[in-house]
Amino acid sequence: MDPKEIIARRVAQELENGTLVNLGIGLPTLVARYVPPGITVAFQSENGIIGFGAPPPHGMEDPDLTDAGGAFISALPGAVSFDSGFSFALIRGGHLAMTVLGGLQVDAAGRLANWMVPGKLIPGMGGAMDLVAGARRVVVAMQHHAKGMPKIVESLTLPPTSARPVSLVVTELAVIIPTRDGLVLHERAPGVSLEEICALTGAPLIVAGPVPEMALSA
Amino acid sequence: MRTAISVEDAAVLVPDGATLMIGGFMAVGSPERMIDALVARGARGLTVIANDTARPGHGIGKLISAGAVSRAIVSHIGTNPETQQKMIAGELAVELVPQGTLAERVRAAGAGLGGILTPTGVGTVVAEGKQEIELDGVRYVLERPLAADIALIEAHEADYNFNLTYRLTATNFNPVMALAARMVIAEPKEIVPVGVIPPDAVKTPGILVTHLLKRPR
Repeated sequence: MDPKEIIARRVAQELENGTLVNLGIGLPTLVARYVPPGITVAFQSENGIIGFGAPPPHGMEDPDLTDAGGAFISALPGAVSFDSGFSFALIRGGHLAMTVLGGLQVDAAGRLANWMVPGKLIPGMGGAMDLVAGARRVVVAMQHHAKGMPKIVESLTLPPTSARPVSLVVTELAVIIPTRDGLVLHERAPGVSLEEICALTGAPLIVAGPVPEMALSA
Repeated sequence: MRTAISVEDAAVLVPDGATLMIGGFMAVGSPERMIDALVARGARGLTVIANDTARPGHGIGKLISAGAVSRAIVSHIGTNPETQQKMIAGELAVELVPQGTLAERVRAAGAGLGGILTPTGVGTVVAEGKQEIELDGVRYVLERPLAADIALIEAHEADYNFNLTYRLTATNFNPVMALAARMVIAEPKEIVPVGVIPPDAVKTPGILVTHLLKRPR
């Protein structure tokens, strides 16, 4: 299975029925494809909508209806739209159950860096700093390494997105829970050994008992 | 009776060097006719407060390409390589602000507040040089209000009293910006008689809107 698909299917297991969820641009967007049966969540896009759906048929796009990446979306029955101030009140105010964000690095303290690479890439933080500061759960969906270079590191070398530790890190190899004591290896991808995971991880992983294989959404 | 003005006349109201708020998110909900008129007028030295600089050829991206902007206060520039090039070349100063903080700083200016306390940015470069306050065990950054000389906003409908409505995700920063500048130039898609827009549907009272563009032909 494609690494991104493994990540998206595993993150989808975290969705809780009847909650408000924000998916970041890129890999996190894929999570919407694997919502488990019997689970209904409301997806927010921070540019001002709750309850958006798949892109409309070609030629039926509404120029006033897009996601935070500027792509055309549709609105499901019951959808609501609002201004940016209200949208971020939802995000910071504890109304957002979960955000799923991409990552460049996560460190042993659970801090996330995902908004710039000094001297190379300066896209800006957009809504990421508000999402990490305010969502009740912050799930990082990222590939475990960049061409062999660990993205899970002892201490961030890139500028942090927030001082607040994230709740969960899901990669194509492992599920990791940041705790006060360090990063706990919670699950491994099917067929992946602990040695493989540790070899591609730049921070110590705490192994407290057996590490089960991750369950993936159909 | 208030009268709508042409986009060319509106562009003359925006002097070189002005600080502008411009509504829109990736150019969705941006006043495109007003932006085109500023480019045509050859505006220079503008400070633009907005969510992003869109893409080349779209919304604020057109002002960036034309060299009209010398300073941008935005949350995101990743979709516009020209913004990044001009920033690296020293032709454009960019100040990055978290999106939710941007909305609240603009709102604070429009609402008469001296600033806002937000957990966003604590422990990051955003908090550098700013006062931090701890209340009930939570750390907050004190963020100051952000005001502008002129707000350029896009609306869905306007009536003859300049009351405005917005539509779907084209709403974004427009209503909050309409409160935060002394001159507010609104670009509506439709103009309708007074009474057509129900009072509950008005999102920006016309009394805040100083100038309304004629509707496109």
